Amino acid sequence: MATTDIHLHQDVHHHDDHEDHEHHEGNFWTTYIFSQDHKVIAKQFLITGIFWALLGGTLSVIFRLQLGFPDMNLDWLKPVLGGWITPEGKLDPEFYLALVTMHGTIMVFFVLTAGLSGTFSNFLIPLQIGARDMASGFMNMLSYWFFFLSSVIMFISLFLETGPAGGGWTIYPPLSALPQAIKGSGLGMTMWLVAMVFFIVSSLLGSINYITTVINMRTKGMSFTRMPLTIWAFFFTAIIGILSFPVLFAAALLLVFDRSFGTSFYLSDIYIGGEALAHEGGSPILFQHLFWFLGHPEVYIVLLPALGLSSEIIATNSRKPIFGYKAMIGSMLFIAILSFIVWAHHMFVTGMNPFLGSIFMLLTLIIAVPSAVKIFNYVTTLWKGNIHFTPGMLFSIGLVSFFLTGGITGIFLGNSAIDIQLHDTYFVVAHFHLVMGSASFFGMMAGVYHWFPKFFGRMVNPTLGYIHFWLTFVGVYMVFFPMHYIGIAGFPRRYYSWTNFETFSGFADLNMLVSVAAIVTLSAQFIFLFNFFYSMFRGRLAPANPWESTTLEWTTPRNPGHGNWVGEIPSVYRWPYDYSKPGAKEDYIPQNIPYSETPESNLPHENELIKLETLNGDGSIVVEGSKH
Amino acid sequence: MMSLIIILGVVLILGILYMIFRVGNLVSIAKGGVVDEKSSTANKVNAALFIVFMVGSLGLFFWYSFSHFHEYTLPVASVHGKHTDNLFWITMWVTVIAFVIISIVMFVFIYQYQYKEGRKAKYFPDNHYLELAWTIIPAIVLAVLIFTGLRAWNDITSPASKDAEVIELVAQQFAWTARYPGVKDKELGKVSYKLIDNFGNEFGLDLSDKHSFDDFKSLELHLPVDQEILLKIRAKDVLHSVFLPHFRVKMDAVPGMPTQFKFKATKTTQEMRDELGNPNFNYELACTEICGRGHFSMKMPVVVESQEAYERWKASQEAWLKQNPGYLDKVPAALKEAAMIQAGMQKDPGATVAEVKQ
Repeated sequence: MATTDIHLHQDVHHHDDHEDHEHHEGNFWTTYIFSQDHKVIAKQFLITGIFWALLGGTLSVIFRLQLGFPDMNLDWLKPVLGGWITPEGKLDPEFYLALVTMHGTIMVFFVLTAGLSGTFSNFLIPLQIGARDMASGFMNMLSYWFFFLSSVIMFISLFLETGPAGGGWTIYPPLSALPQAIKGSGLGMTMWLVAMVFFIVSSLLGSINYITTVINMRTKGMSFTRMPLTIWAFFFTAIIGILSFPVLFAAALLLVFDRSFGTSFYLSDIYIGGEALAHEGGSPILFQHLFWFLGHPEVYIVLLPALGLSSEIIATNSRKPIFGYKAMIGSMLFIAILSFIVWAHHMFVTGMNPFLGSIFMLLTLIIAVPSAVKIFNYVTTLWKGNIHFTPGMLFSIGLVSFFLTGGITGIFLGNSAIDIQLHDTYFVVAHFHLVMGSASFFGMMAGVYHWFPKFFGRMVNPTLGYIHFWLTFVGVYMVFFPMHYIGIAGFPRRYYSWTNFETFSGFADLNMLVSVAAIVTLSAQFIFLFNFFYSMFRGRLAPANPWESTTLEWTTPRNPGHGNWVGEIPSVYRWPYDYSKPGAKEDYIPQNIPYSETPESNLPHENELIKLETLNGDGSIVVEGSKH
Repeated sequence: MMSLIIILGVVLILGILYMIFRVGNLVSIAKGGVVDEKSSTANKVNAALFIVFMVGSLGLFFWYSFSHFHEYTLPVASVHGKHTDNLFWITMWVTVIAFVIISIVMFVFIYQYQYKEGRKAKYFPDNHYLELAWTIIPAIVLAVLIFTGLRAWNDITSPASKDAEVIELVAQQFAWTARYPGVKDKELGKVSYKLIDNFGNEFGLDLSDKHSFDDFKSLELHLPVDQEILLKIRAKDVLHSVFLPHFRVKMDAVPGMPTQFKFKATKTTQEMRDELGNPNFNYELACTEICGRGHFSMKMPVVVESQEAYERWKASQEAWLKQNPGYLDKVPAALKEAAMIQAGMQKDPGATVAEVKQ
């Protein structure tokens, strides 16, 4: 084990001597379980992410049953949910809250952070920048196993007698701090906090690795301005993660102190369960500030990788360079910076100083500008393209559509005056499920379909992919679009039922529609699951470069071993978006083709670069198979 | 037995689907596999479906938005609420126009530029004028929206006037209680959470403060129309949030940190009943911050009445101290008589004389 490790690192530093390391075979444990190969770790993240996505989706369908069919007898769920179904065949209201909480936690952190970023950052960073592995394979392995540990703890908490955490995924104290207030704030909350601590560790180990790898391990010629947008997105995501997750860690730690050691960081002046608590001087608002200092950047941690993946897929399948490559990087940078100074727009009506509200409103609406630029750039990339609708492309288009629909409602919610009415209603639920949940989920799906040939060396069945896309695309809109109306009508979120209020007595029909759509959408995911696992073993063998793409991962063998390239790592001579270049023979020129080989399509300034390519040994053209 | 049949049925259907899938696969292999996926019918079908989707979904969106307008819009009954509703609808028009244009353009491009054999895509990596245009235009539009929003926000959050009607709302799992300052001194007495007990002092009233004697409790929120109201909000146990949907009022109730919200109601309950033609209409107060098991049932009835009716109602309410006479012990001896008078437990001798004189 240790020897292989050392060899690998030599490999990374000296591209030249590698031959005998490519095909080293570990045993089952070192190859598939405690692997340090970034590709295997990526698959581990992916499979775990898919597991969590199914579970998170199932939880949402259970509470949608309650909301869409309030009179339904749920006795048939008793074998699974046991005591959480009341004797009258209803869902226990407290368990309803636990379902909502766990759905949010699972989807935001375990699926869209770990499952998305963990999978594709791990998989694509070394492959697309031309590295043999991550900077530290060992840390990378630890990152997965901390995530796994976190997953196990969170999973076990689902089976506690007092139920998992139930105070909403934002776990606002005092509710989350006082077991007297809700059962879920007992052991369930403790396990939630412990699981999240491990999750944060995992995320930080991963992020440090991603940043280090991107900065230090790019292959010859892969300057920052020649990096695919995916890598830029992962790079920014990792930086955001490193800066924001520690704040969540601090928030969680102080909450642990308040819960278990009698401190008063968040608690003050509380009378509950017939007694006045001793806590004084704390502020629940402090927790909200700390939480959203992570929580808002978290939105972009989830979204940026999805945007990066879809940028790549849309360019490839439109057979066009992504429009405004530098503007795309600039807007991602701008979004990354702004994401840290908009957090309090989640808190306009928490009693925070209204002046702060004005400032955060200003900053929040500014962030809409780079987001709009991204949408316009996607649309322009489609213009005059030659579009090939692969399943990956379909899901990328879906992402842009959701990003637009959901992003636009952000302009309402970012406006503090309008937010007074809309805050904590279904309008918010509709907004973030579209712009963050569905858009990112579609980015992840697009990534899975697009890179499946590289993941497993086989092709997915495209027809099943199309069916999966259309059912999910229409399904997601049917689930979340009606929620705008329900929200404008003022329906508060996290309500077990609305029948206590005359004001909220309508919309039984829309709620039913939403629930049915949710069930159909979840069922459609089984088409994907079948396609995924079937194609993994029995799919058509993938050609070397199935989408005729320009990036480096398609220069590896069909099933790259640990080390990725047999022989030398290719050098990079051009940016990643030379699609349909005028004069070129093919409609794409891979990044590893030097300008000197494409005189027919070079732009004037590119001809200048030919000299550099041949000038000295380091920059010399590497003809395949030759050694130096 | 029934469930067994269902399970068998599901298994059978899945089996058939799998067979169809396998046969389809074999047929495509027999046909010689996929030669050129790009020019296949699937590509054309997908492109066309996007147009169908666009037309269908935009049609549904506009149809529902117009035909069900009165179902999803709540009538508004406050001064600032009218203002924020206006902002909401202005923003709606601006964004819907942008949304529709971008959507149509995008889906039309998707359809129009689907793969055609022999065509080459346009190499169009950037254009600074275009990029500048769509950075600046949204920035200007947003700046206008921000500016109008800021003005409204500053108005709404500015301090209440001195003669605003102050009412305290206390949130606890899972009920709302209102405390009125009383008709005699019109000021809320001091409270402390440490004085809260299980026997009656649910507010934690501090009875050494003379302002607390005439405070009274109500489980209904009565509000005067056309008069500025200042809600003083606090919570006893966990976070809650005051939500008065018809008045466009929302503010969290935070333990340890009193919050407030000022507004002016414009329609009495009766006026609203007449306007909606619904004699059973009632204003309601809901909780919008997750607070535990009973979150969804945390309701308080709200009554808006004319200022005279409101004053009459206030005068008819018994002071909290009168309802809980046991707490007279907690009143300092020197203030005891004043307390009895303020709470209406004993006639004010001075006042009687004055009335007689008049």
